[in-house]
Amino acid sequence: QLPTGLYKKVLVILHDSVLPYMNEPTLMMDFLTVAYGIGGAISLLALNGLFILIHQHNLEYPDFYKKLYSLLDPSIYHVKYRARFFHLTDLFLSSSHLPAYLVAAFIKRLSRLALTAPPESLLMIIPFICNLFRRHPACKVLVHRPGGPADMSEDPYIMEEEEPSESRALESSLWEIQSLQSHYHPDVAKAAAVLNQSLSEMEDDISGLLELSGYELFDKEVKKKATDVPLEFERVRGLFGKKNDIFAEHFSLD
Amino acid sequence: SNPFEVKVNRQKFDILGRKTKNDVGLPGVSRSKAIKKRTHTLLKEYKEREKSNVFKDKRFGEYNTSITPEEKMIRRFALERQQNYGKKNIYNLNEDEELTHYGQSLAEIEKLNDVVDSDSDTEERGTLSAELTAAHFGGGGGLLRKKVSGGQQDEEEEKPKSRKELIEEMIAKSKQEKQERQTRRESALELTEKLDNDWKEIQTLMARKPPKSERKDKEVEKPKPDEYDMIVRELGFEMKAKPSERMKTEEELAKEEQARLQKLEADRLRRMRGIDEQADKKKPSHVSADDLADGFILDKDDRRLLSYKDGKINIENEEEEKEEEEEDEEGGEEDNENEEESEEESASEDEEDDAADSHSDLESDLESEEETAENKEQKRHQTNENESQNVEEVDPKREAAKSELPYTFAVPESYETFKSLLAGRTVEQQLIILERIQKCNHPSLAVGNKAKLEKLFGFLLEYIGELATLDLPELGTIDKLILPLYNLCQMFPEAASDSVKFILRDAAHDMEEVIEVKGRATFPGLDTLIYLKITSLLFPTSDFRHPVVTPAFIYMSQLLTKCRITTLQDVIKGLFICCLFVEYVSLSRRFVPELINFLLGVLHISLPKKQVQGYTVVHPFTPVGKNLELLLVCDKEDLESWQKQNLPLGIVTRLKETSRTEINHIRLSCLAMCFDLIRKCAALYESLPSFHEIMHPIRILLTQHMPVNEYPEKMQEWYHGALKELENKVRHYTPLICEKKKPVPLKQYTPKIVKVLEFGRKQASSKKEQERKQLIQRHKRELKGAIREIRKDNQFLARMQLSEIMERDSARKRKVKELLGSLATQEGEWKAMKRKKWKN
Repeated sequence: QLPTGLYKKVLVILHDSVLPYMNEPTLMMDFLTVAYGIGGAISLLALNGLFILIHQHNLEYPDFYKKLYSLLDPSIYHVKYRARFFHLTDLFLSSSHLPAYLVAAFIKRLSRLALTAPPESLLMIIPFICNLFRRHPACKVLVHRPGGPADMSEDPYIMEEEEPSESRALESSLWEIQSLQSHYHPDVAKAAAVLNQSLSEMEDDISGLLELSGYELFDKEVKKKATDVPLEFERVRGLFGKKNDIFAEHFSLD
Repeated sequence: SNPFEVKVNRQKFDILGRKTKNDVGLPGVSRSKAIKKRTHTLLKEYKEREKSNVFKDKRFGEYNTSITPEEKMIRRFALERQQNYGKKNIYNLNEDEELTHYGQSLAEIEKLNDVVDSDSDTEERGTLSAELTAAHFGGGGGLLRKKVSGGQQDEEEEKPKSRKELIEEMIAKSKQEKQERQTRRESALELTEKLDNDWKEIQTLMARKPPKSERKDKEVEKPKPDEYDMIVRELGFEMKAKPSERMKTEEELAKEEQARLQKLEADRLRRMRGIDEQADKKKPSHVSADDLADGFILDKDDRRLLSYKDGKINIENEEEEKEEEEEDEEGGEEDNENEEESEEESASEDEEDDAADSHSDLESDLESEEETAENKEQKRHQTNENESQNVEEVDPKREAAKSELPYTFAVPESYETFKSLLAGRTVEQQLIILERIQKCNHPSLAVGNKAKLEKLFGFLLEYIGELATLDLPELGTIDKLILPLYNLCQMFPEAASDSVKFILRDAAHDMEEVIEVKGRATFPGLDTLIYLKITSLLFPTSDFRHPVVTPAFIYMSQLLTKCRITTLQDVIKGLFICCLFVEYVSLSRRFVPELINFLLGVLHISLPKKQVQGYTVVHPFTPVGKNLELLLVCDKEDLESWQKQNLPLGIVTRLKETSRTEINHIRLSCLAMCFDLIRKCAALYESLPSFHEIMHPIRILLTQHMPVNEYPEKMQEWYHGALKELENKVRHYTPLICEKKKPVPLKQYTPKIVKVLEFGRKQASSKKEQERKQLIQRHKRELKGAIREIRKDNQFLARMQLSEIMERDSARKRKVKELLGSLATQEGEWKAMKRKKWKN
């Protein structure tokens, strides 16, 4: 009923400027439920207020996790409210009473989506997934399946399935993270390689990684003191003069 | 010693290998030692406590034990004499005068008496003394003899000689003999002296050239040495040729080169895997072929920060005018050097050819481009010059000056001077200038040259950037300038990496600022794209982590995710970056999600607007909204007439003036490029375990949404090429299995070996902590010892005081007794006297 811009503005401040001062915060229930149902960034923002209602005011929300699961789409790694969303998701998934299939479905979906994520999000999501494995050891079959079938022609996980219990996530393996081990960013590749070994007991602290931006990554990399700079040994012959230069095929100097 | 004076410190346990110092104590000895020491020091002090006068013993060496007593005495005597020296004693008569006898010093005579000259005439002196004695003491023998010899000489001859005569004769003979001997010796001496002198004369003569006559003689004597002999001599004296490595054959050279490349490649692979990233650091740094190995450590890049300026054309105009003036002067100066100049130039061009050696075919390819670039440049100059009034006057001179370049160039100190140095020159001349700058200022020639040339790299980079930002980017020039840039980079890797990093940081910083202000970024100019391309030319892009390439990766990733796509230029720039990505990862096959996302987005904007199904485009593309259909071409004719063309890079700055058909063609070329890139990506990433998941959206888009049939045939070829590469990959999934953990070793009962620093101390702590504890312990011990000593001192003093008092008391008692005794006797005597009186 509100224009999206206003919706966003309201939802951004709702949880800490409005809800604590209301006599009956439960009145916001309908508003938040509707907002949560809209989808996209607005749903992400409504999550925060909804969490307060569930947590402090005994709100029952049927199929909450299913809804949360359906919120996961490629844009979550790119939007501005990424930090807030993952902070809340981390909270929601911190319960150790969640069924393994649900957590596995979340893990699988998050990592599938991570195939389109920028490095700053990847640096956050990989420890996030590691933490999920630590909390729910039953999900570890995703990274360690000793007696499984030797060869599969398909990933059993069904990405399009709305219902986490139907997604057959527990039958799958985390090939996505394995793919990310050859990511171009060295830190991402290293973080992904952690899942090759058995995990340590301690959870990683991801609070510092939530707000990571690409520019910070760049800055960190640039400011590193280089002791030794390897050089290209192939002699150049011009701007597009490399061997099999792709540019020579598509661009011309003119 | 006496066993009763020995105290034995019993050990509780005998420990092997421990050396004990204090197992036997001698309490008596040590006590007496201590008392002795105290009497020498403390007691003395105590006794002198109220005395302010001090006795100083200044006798030389009195307390110095290192001097022996004799020496001590001698030195003291010497000192005494020194003190007395110069003091005139009035009572001292003639002390300094020498006593003489017959004008000879008495002391000397005494000395001489002892000397015996074996050589000289002892007998003579003996006789002389004999005569003298005769003369002095009037010995009758002598006179008698004279009388006899005067009167009866004849008789004496016949007469058998008396004993006296015999003796006389003998004496005379011996005398004679002796004289002869002396004369002989003298003559011999004279002769040797003479010989010496002669020899000296001759020697000087010999050293100089012999006089002519002599030489002639010699020539006559010796036959003229023939050539053979001379050569033999020469060869004999010639430096022996040392055995060197033999010349390598072509094959060997090629083999060596191959080995070198293989080594470099292996190095690159190692870095690419990034396994031993840590270990890598400890290894000796990569030494490039051009490294000077002079151990020079690079300082920090201290070049000035230069900002880009607006209105370049204006600045250039001014500078060119300046340049013209300069050139005029140069031309005037160098007219006479014309020939040499041209020679030099050709030589340097030859060298350049050498440098480019094997790429001569490519060179020729580029030549044409270069020429066009030149033409263009000249045109530009001419237009500029048209604006300035004195075209006709300047032009001929200018042309003349252009063909001449000075031999030597100083490295420009600032970017402005550098620019003015290159402005108005053709590409070849610019290259020559750069080469000459490098040659004249080679780091081995002077100390500061290295820093200067490092600056030059920055200037060159900036110059390239400036050329790229012109309205008509001079890409041909840039293309040629890459080679000197590469060479400089090989010489100074650190400085080069710093410069490139600096530029990248600037660019990233600008973008971040724009994002903060506007909320979205736009693609950077052509210069940044060129810089990114240059990065891939100068540095190995396959390294796991590289100080320059990794930031470049992140920057490009940001460009692809943060920058809005609003125009066709944006698409072209984006595709350029995609190409860069593909090139960067072509060897390492690293996964770049942004690349796939962008290609998907590009395909998406080539489709007509409709509801997307089966795939989701990600930032910066949106499934709905404006800026869609950027690459959509509906015009049938344009579709028909399209030929795949290489997109000119300059297009990103000047697209507006092209016609609609051309734009459509460019769009189609972009699409074809996109297909090609997808094909390349598919080839790169086929080994990734989730390859199909990664490519899934693209495949869906290609198979279900692309209006393939509407495309011209060429385009369909590109399309099918991409699709085929995507489709014919086997689906192959193997479940993941964690690497086995290393089993934790069981605890063993083997003794743990710890370094023992001091016995009886706790060992389990860090070294620093141990040291601290030791210090505390030592301090405690010293404190205790000091307290004990002070206590003993006090006891000793008290004892001394007590004994003093006792002594004093006993003396007093004795005196009182004496007095009392004397008084008693006095009394007794008095009483006795009294009694006597009474009796009397």
